This record gives sequence, C-alpha cells and structure tokens, in this order.
Amino acid sequence: MMRKKNRLIQSPGVASFLASVASIGIGLLFGYILLIFIKPSMSFYGLKQILTAGFSSSEKFAKVLYQAAPLILTGLAVGFAFKTGLFNIGAVGQYTIGTFFALYAGVVLKTPWWVALLAAMLGGAIWGFVPGFCKAMFNVNEVITSIMFNWIGLFLVNLMMANIPEILANHYGAPNADRTANLAAANKSAIIPKWGLDKLLNSDYINISIIITIVVAVIIYIVLNKTTFGYELKACGLNRNACVYAGINARRNIILSMVIAGSLAGLGGGVYYLSGTAQYTIVKSLLAMGFNGIPVALLATSNPIGIIFSALFVSYIQVGGEAMQPEFAKEVIDIIISVIIYLSAFALLLKEIIRRVLNRREAKLEREAQAEDEAVVAAAQKAGIAEGKGVSK
Amino acid sequence: MNILADILSATIIFAIPLLVVALGGMFSERSGTINIALEGIMIIGALFGCLYLKTAGTWGTAHPQTAMLFAILIAGGTGLIFSILLAVASISLKADQTIGGTALNMFAPAFAIVLTWAIQGQGQTTINIPTWIRITPEYFGLATSKNPGFFETLLFKNFYLTTPIVIVILLVTIFIMYKTKFGLRLRSCGEHPQAADSVGINVYRYRYIGVAISGLLGGIGGLAFTIAAGSGFQSTVAGYGFFALAVMIFGNWKPVRICGAALFFALFKVIGSYTASIAFMPKFQGVKSADYIYQMLPYIVTMIVLIFTSKKSRAPKAEGIPYDKSKR
Repeated sequence: MMRKKNRLIQSPGVASFLASVASIGIGLLFGYILLIFIKPSMSFYGLKQILTAGFSSSEKFAKVLYQAAPLILTGLAVGFAFKTGLFNIGAVGQYTIGTFFALYAGVVLKTPWWVALLAAMLGGAIWGFVPGFCKAMFNVNEVITSIMFNWIGLFLVNLMMANIPEILANHYGAPNADRTANLAAANKSAIIPKWGLDKLLNSDYINISIIITIVVAVIIYIVLNKTTFGYELKACGLNRNACVYAGINARRNIILSMVIAGSLAGLGGGVYYLSGTAQYTIVKSLLAMGFNGIPVALLATSNPIGIIFSALFVSYIQVGGEAMQPEFAKEVIDIIISVIIYLSAFALLLKEIIRRVLNRREAKLEREAQAEDEAVVAAAQKAGIAEGKGVSK
Repeated sequence: MNILADILSATIIFAIPLLVVALGGMFSERSGTINIALEGIMIIGALFGCLYLKTAGTWGTAHPQTAMLFAILIAGGTGLIFSILLAVASISLKADQTIGGTALNMFAPAFAIVLTWAIQGQGQTTINIPTWIRITPEYFGLATSKNPGFFETLLFKNFYLTTPIVIVILLVTIFIMYKTKFGLRLRSCGEHPQAADSVGINVYRYRYIGVAISGLLGGIGGLAFTIAAGSGFQSTVAGYGFFALAVMIFGNWKPVRICGAALFFALFKVIGSYTASIAFMPKFQGVKSADYIYQMLPYIVTMIVLIFTSKKSRAPKAEGIPYDKSKR
C-alpha cells in the first residue's frame, strides 16, 4: 500500500507538478524580497494583495476569469505551435488581427457574437498562415516572420481602424475617435452572452468566454493526444526528417499547425473585445495580452489542460498586482512570472532532486521491508531448524 | 541636398544599435546559442547606462565624452552580467534556449519600470538623457555654422560617441571572426561541437564567451538605441532586439553583410518620416493616418528580402541545440 503511493509520487507528471509548484514558490519569494527592497513598510501588504486579491470579492474573481479566457487562448496558440516544433512568437499579431476581424464583423456588419468570434478565428488564421507558409516553402525562420507580422499587423489594424469611420466610437455619439465603438451602442447582439454569470458574481466583466475557452482547450488536448493528425503534428515537432521519411507531409503540417495556432490567438482577441466592457484603443506598441501567452504556455510545458490552470494563475496574480497599486508598480508581477519561467529551465534539476529524495525514502522503506522479510525468513528458518532439530531428536 | 544629409545621418544613428546588437547575436549564434534575449539585454544596458548619465551631474557636464565612455562601459557590462543568466540556463543546465530568453525578455522591462519608479518616484517612468552627450563641431575646434552644409549635417547632426565605437567594434569583429584562432574555434562550436570537443576545444567555455560577448554588445546597443530614439529611456527598446535578430539572419551571420542589412533596415525605417519633404514619395492623399503605411514598410521589405534570400541563407548548424558531452 505504502509502496504503491510512492510509485504514484514518482510518476513523471507528479514530479513536473511538484517542480512547477517549487518554481512558483521561489518566484513569489523573490517577488516578496523585491517588495521589501522597494518599500519595506508596505511589503507584507503587497504580498497579501498578490496572494489574496483575486479571491477578495466576487468582482475581483470575475476579473480573474475574464482575463484568463484570452490568456488561455494565446497560451494555447503558443503551446500548440510548440508541440509541433515551432516557436509562435506571433501570437500578438494574430490576436490583434483577430480583434479587428471580430470588431469589424460585430460593429460594422452587425453580426451576432458567434459569427464575430468565427471571424476572429479567420483573421488569426490568416496571420498564422503566412509565417507557416514561409517556413514550409522557403524555410524562413518562423520567429523572424512572426515578429515582422506582429508589427505589420499592429500598423495595419491601426490604419484600417482610422479609415473605417463606422467602427469608431465617435460614429455612435461618443466623443473619442481613438477607440472602437462601445458594443452596447453599436450592436448589442455582438456581446458575448453572460448566462446569468454576471448576476452570480455581481460583475459586468464575466461572460461565457471562460467556458468557451475551456472547451477549446479540451478539444485541443484531444486533437493533440487522441488523433492521428495530432500524432503527426507532434512527430513533426520531434524530428522533421524522420517524419518525411515515414511519409508524413511535413510542409502541410507546419502550415496547418500555424493556421490553427493563429486561429486560437485570433479567437483570444475576439473573446476579449466582444465582452462589451473592452474597447480597442489605437496604440503604437504591441498588446501585452498576446505576449503573455508565451509564459502561460511555458509554465504549463505546453500541455493544453495545464494551460487552463497556468492562465488562471497568471491572471490571478495579475489582478493581485493591480490591487497593490499605487504602493508598488504592477510590473512586479511580470518579474515574478519571469523568475518562475526562468526557474522552469531548472525544472530538470528540480525534478532530479525530487526524484532523488523520493528514491532515498523508498530505498529506506524497501530496506526496512527487506529487513522485516529477512527477519521473518530468519525466524522461520530458525523455527525450521529448531523443528528439524526437534525431529532429529 | 540638406534633406539627403538629414536622411543619411538619421539612417546611421538608427543603424548603429541594430548593427551592434546584430553583431552580438552573431557571436552568440556562431557559438551555438540562440540569443532571443537580446531585447531584454538591450533594456538592461540602456537602463543602467542612462541611470549613470543622469547621476553624472556637473562632473558629466565638465567631461562629457569621458562620462559617455563610462556610460557605454556600464551599459555593456550590465548587459554582459545579465546575459550570463541565459548562458547558465541554456548551456550549463541545457534548458530550451527560448525559455531562458523569454524569461529574460519579460524580466528586463518590468525590472526597469520597477526600478525607475523606486528611484524617481511613482509614475515617473522616463529617464531623461542629458543633452551634453552629443559631440558638436566645437570638439574639433570648428565653429558651428548657422546654416550647416551637407557634410556638417551628415557628420554632426546626430553624432554621439556610440557611432565611432560601434564602427571600431565592427572592424574588430571582422578581425576576430576570420583572422584569429579564437574566431575559428568559436565558429566550430556552432557548426559541429562534437568535432570541436574531440580536438580539445572546451565547447562550454566558448559558448559562454559567445553569449557574454552578445550581452556586452547588446547592452551597448541598448544605450545606442535610447540615444537614437531621442526621447529618454522609457523601459523599452521598441522591439529593436528582435529586429536585430532579423538583421542578423538577413545578414547571413556574416559581419559585413550584417552592416549592410542594418543600414538597409534603418533607411526604410527613417524614410517614412521624411515623406512630406521628398517630392517623388507617394503621399496617399485621402487616406487617414497614412504614416502607418510607411511604418509597415521596413517589415514588409525585410519579409520579401528574406523570402528571396532564404535559399542561400545558412544558419550555424548546431545552433539551438544544447551541447551534451555525454551524447556523441
């Protein structure tokens, strides 16, 4: 019984989980030390906000879920490409283009919300297709293409928004021309439904997007782990040459992988900006939500189910980070997350240590058990000998 | 004529950070480590370089170029120290190189913001660079004319100590890479580390050195970028670390070509802001916010060039693969 339990702890999944927990613990400790350095008197307050603000009220919790939904999707966009051996640093661009498609459909074409979400996926897919196509056909490094397309996407969206008056807020009576229309004024049917979650959590932020994204994550998990297509994709990631040798069309798989990743990131833009609470503002720098998909995916080692939890975690401490302003800059959270990711580079080392500790314990138990067995055997032998002796007598 | 001098001088000042950072990336990749953390390294270098310039005060005004030299050394030194974090993760611990790089890229801007808040007070996120760092004609005993001519504009409009230093770095790089034993060994570690190891080259040591040089040059590049951008340090280098990677690939991991690629990219970056004064450039009348079209231009051009040159492009063969001595 005891030994069975130990074997469970020793399984690789549990070891990685323990390693992640250790990384998170060290990252938070690092953040706390940083807070002490910045403002010792408020440091404990800061830590308390990071750790508890997300659960402090139902509105805050709603915000955690609201921000987690796009994070799950951008995390999946990065993680899915990772599984196929591609580093999709272009989730930002795909997210931005997805946002534009969703808003164009919802605000200008007045489609219902689910059509706008499909449009967002289409936009992201187009923006994922190009780097995939360049990688597969011309062997251009997808990291460089994706980075170029992040900026092209950002400027293109800004250019188009500026030239489509029907999409901007001032077309619907609002004073600002630098952001997109409030959906409540432009097209109520484009707002993602709330199914009473808003009343449950007493917040306008929450809607069914968190449910949609969890379903998407599960679908991605099934595609990757239970289908031939997913197997081929992963095989291409592990060894492209072996794949081609085995008759898998590696080029097609690279393109498909980027298209799917792109559509996931695009959907992320859709669920965020169709909430009815967010308005896209014309900006000059890339959106952080798209970049944060990278740490989310890395924290979960690209496992789709793990990404749900890592996105919830990242969103939770980000809400905590906002709550500790103005005492501390909320960027402390980014530092904590970066330390956690950096430590995941030590994951192998940590896992090794955990395994060694467990092994030592198991070895000790085994020795004890063995000693016990030996004692029984010895006793039996002794008894046998005694019996024999008795017989001989 | 003066507009041409303006454009050329702006091109050079923007090409300098790209060139030096791309050269840094080349050292790292030629030794076998993909340094995606250049963006973060630039930010750290710029942060400490600018903090030093800010604190130099009256001593700095009295000895501007000595202070500037110190700032460059501090920027390079802090960049180097920061890059060692990447080296530990990706060389000693054999972790995926994108993980360490992403962590550093995320850490640097956040750290810069937190530190500038802590030093300058809440919400003060810009570190202003003093104006005395610019090299004026007076340094050479020349008078500044009221209407500067072609050469004076070209040379002195945007002349900072970073420019000559980076040019020297370029020349030294060419020499080290192709004329020294060290360069040959460094390149061999990026092509076939097992073979290098078999003839007694310490692959780990060379890779550490490669990453450290990229940290040094990346830090200097961060300061050079902040000077070029001209609006003080705002905890960002606007993606220049990533552009430098593109420039490096575009330059085919070779120093002279990288220099050409950096100038090319910088020219397209700069030209957009001069459309109003150049007669033959299309103005896109009737399109609102047409400057976005020109802002997209360098990226689109680079993409097209990359597609056409990629057939000939050859990355170091062993880059991105952690070297494991026990796997021969």
